[in-house]
Amino acid sequence: MRGSAARYSLAVTAVWLAALIVVVEAHAEIEFAAWELSGRVSLESRYFPETGIDPSHQSSHTSGFVVEPQLYVEDVEGRSVNLVPFFRYDSADSVRTHWDLREAYVLLFGELGESEWEVRLGADRVFWGVAESQHLVDIVNQIDFLEHPNGEVKLGQPMVHVTWTADWGVLEFFGLPYHRPRIFPGQGGRLRFAGLLDDERVEYESGAREWHPDFAARYSHSFGPLDIGVSVFDGTSREATLVCMPPACQPTGVSDVSNVWIPYYAQIRQFGLDAQLTLDAWLFKLEAMHRSGDRNALGREREYAREYFAASVGASGFDDLVGTFRKEEYAAAVVGGEYTFYSVFGSTADVGLLAEWNYDERGRQALPRRQPLTLDNDFFVGTHLSFNDVQSTEVTAGFLMDASRATHTLGVEFDRRLFEQWSLHVESSAILSMDPAELQYVGRRDSFFEFHLEYNF
Amino acid sequence: MRMIHARPVLVLLFVPCLVLLSWLNVPSFVYSATPEEIGLKIATEARARDDGFGNFTAREVMVLRNKQGQESRRQLRVKVLEVAGDGDKSLTVFDEPRDVKGTALLTHAHKKEADDQWLYLPALKRVKRISSSNKSGSFMGSEFSYEDLSPPEVEKFTYRYLRDEPCGDLTCTVTERFPVDKKSSGYSRQVVWQDKDELRTWKVEYYDRKDEHLKTLTIGKYKQYLDKYWRAGEMNMVNHLTGKSTDLTWTDYQFLTKLKARDFSKTGLKRAR
Repeated sequence: MRGSAARYSLAVTAVWLAALIVVVEAHAEIEFAAWELSGRVSLESRYFPETGIDPSHQSSHTSGFVVEPQLYVEDVEGRSVNLVPFFRYDSADSVRTHWDLREAYVLLFGELGESEWEVRLGADRVFWGVAESQHLVDIVNQIDFLEHPNGEVKLGQPMVHVTWTADWGVLEFFGLPYHRPRIFPGQGGRLRFAGLLDDERVEYESGAREWHPDFAARYSHSFGPLDIGVSVFDGTSREATLVCMPPACQPTGVSDVSNVWIPYYAQIRQFGLDAQLTLDAWLFKLEAMHRSGDRNALGREREYAREYFAASVGASGFDDLVGTFRKEEYAAAVVGGEYTFYSVFGSTADVGLLAEWNYDERGRQALPRRQPLTLDNDFFVGTHLSFNDVQSTEVTAGFLMDASRATHTLGVEFDRRLFEQWSLHVESSAILSMDPAELQYVGRRDSFFEFHLEYNF
Repeated sequence: MRMIHARPVLVLLFVPCLVLLSWLNVPSFVYSATPEEIGLKIATEARARDDGFGNFTAREVMVLRNKQGQESRRQLRVKVLEVAGDGDKSLTVFDEPRDVKGTALLTHAHKKEADDQWLYLPALKRVKRISSSNKSGSFMGSEFSYEDLSPPEVEKFTYRYLRDEPCGDLTCTVTERFPVDKKSSGYSRQVVWQDKDELRTWKVEYYDRKDEHLKTLTIGKYKQYLDKYWRAGEMNMVNHLTGKSTDLTWTDYQFLTKLKARDFSKTGLKRAR
């Protein structure tokens, strides 16, 4: 899997360089109006106070760096090319040392009568949604799980993205010709569940495998204080179902560090809704989705065990194992709000208070999606402090509490510009308690502190 | 050739306009009006003189200075579109400091109801609708607040004309204005100096909610564009309570650009740079 990720990046880079050369050669007369090189270099370190699940391979400390330059070229017509390569070096986990093409697209736009069209062709990142505790409807990109378990960092997704903007709103279509599998930390990495993922094997429900053409569409509009979006996605799931198959995986389950799992990507359909009502200092938020097609092994342990033993004697194969999983159909939602007190106590600081409730119809059989924890009946409360000083000092804290299980986590982040181009980010992600019934129970000792020293150019 | 023919026509059109405008706007002539009526008239006329600019773009450089004289720089670009019958639409793109580079703010201002604002965060490629009620907050750590930087819509204040007095080589009217929305404004009142010839603002004193003199804004280096619209080149805001100040320099004013309403949509915001 590591190999396939690297091959993907190499192939895409090669295609892009070739395309750029061809375009520049063929249009030697193109007048480049502007170009710009910017980006960031970040020195980073993570410290885990507790010993992990696999102490003989994992370490309590890791450091490394990130380089993420951005090249932007624009011609006189406003057409542009954007290139954002990304590289991370990690001292503890060779899998986390990775690179990616975050963005590599051509942007074209023009008029269409009273309305406007826009086309983005190439690898890009797309964000949908309004909530803070999870990004429920966001689905176009695979997340870069190696970067951070919060699921906010994304892998570049190859796409044809067509936008039609008119008085009646914004209509977007996405053609997604290639699937990016999620990459999980390697043997030396923390924040992995006990076992490892098969390096070489990725399974797909579709016979076209990663080349299955996925589609997405979204309509969004603002009605006065209300911003609303409805979306649909039809294609390969961004969430892997992990399959334990003999002989590399023993029926000892998720807590056995020697197990090697096979990721399986089902074909799914998701309908999404996101809405925000902005009234004075209040933001009211709602995200809801309905998804069908994902596979879930929870509650099918007996059927699975029978098939597993058949497989171990060669009487059944991978498809039979996956066949024992429930094909699920469910709804999930996150609803909440945000209120900001501006210039508190006569100071220049703003204090924002957030509260959200996460719901998943599957209840205790819910699986994590883009976030590490299952959010089936979970309350989130948070605060955001902006000091509005010259250094743009900000503090964010979020507390997540499972209403039906004894799981509590606390995240605190601190950001400050040190001087001109240098800034500092310090973060703590603490698992205060983890219910033994949680799938992530094996990761209960993965609380960490993180530190970035960033140079922006 | 065309210009040569056009010019006399323009002059013919302009002269009666100017005569009309100067008659309308010399408050001392209007003995029967109350100070409130005169103040409103000045504000309405100042705004009317800016009607029809269409759109413009400009660069802004801010230098923030603390009491000890330490400096910090901000650099941004602004695009503004005039909207008939409503507040302007504007798009602000940040270039410096570099850690917020590419962040963009889209504002659809309204004459009476609250403005609509969206923030684009390039790291997440996220467009976030934000509350526009943060009028009194500091803009990027500077001494300018959001309300100091938004064009003063006539309907958002009540007025009182105070007096005429010399300001440099010019004669200025001195007018007080009071925010209609007292809850979100950081000020109880502002005192504004405008020259009688062109109604350009040269100085504003800001009084906080306790009616203490909080800040003074001085404006200069005015230039006229399209033979009609005056734009300032320099603004200096001093905070008398903290001793901090911010210099704001405007450059590269471009009028009659290709900007259209669609550049001020959420789609346009994601494309802004």
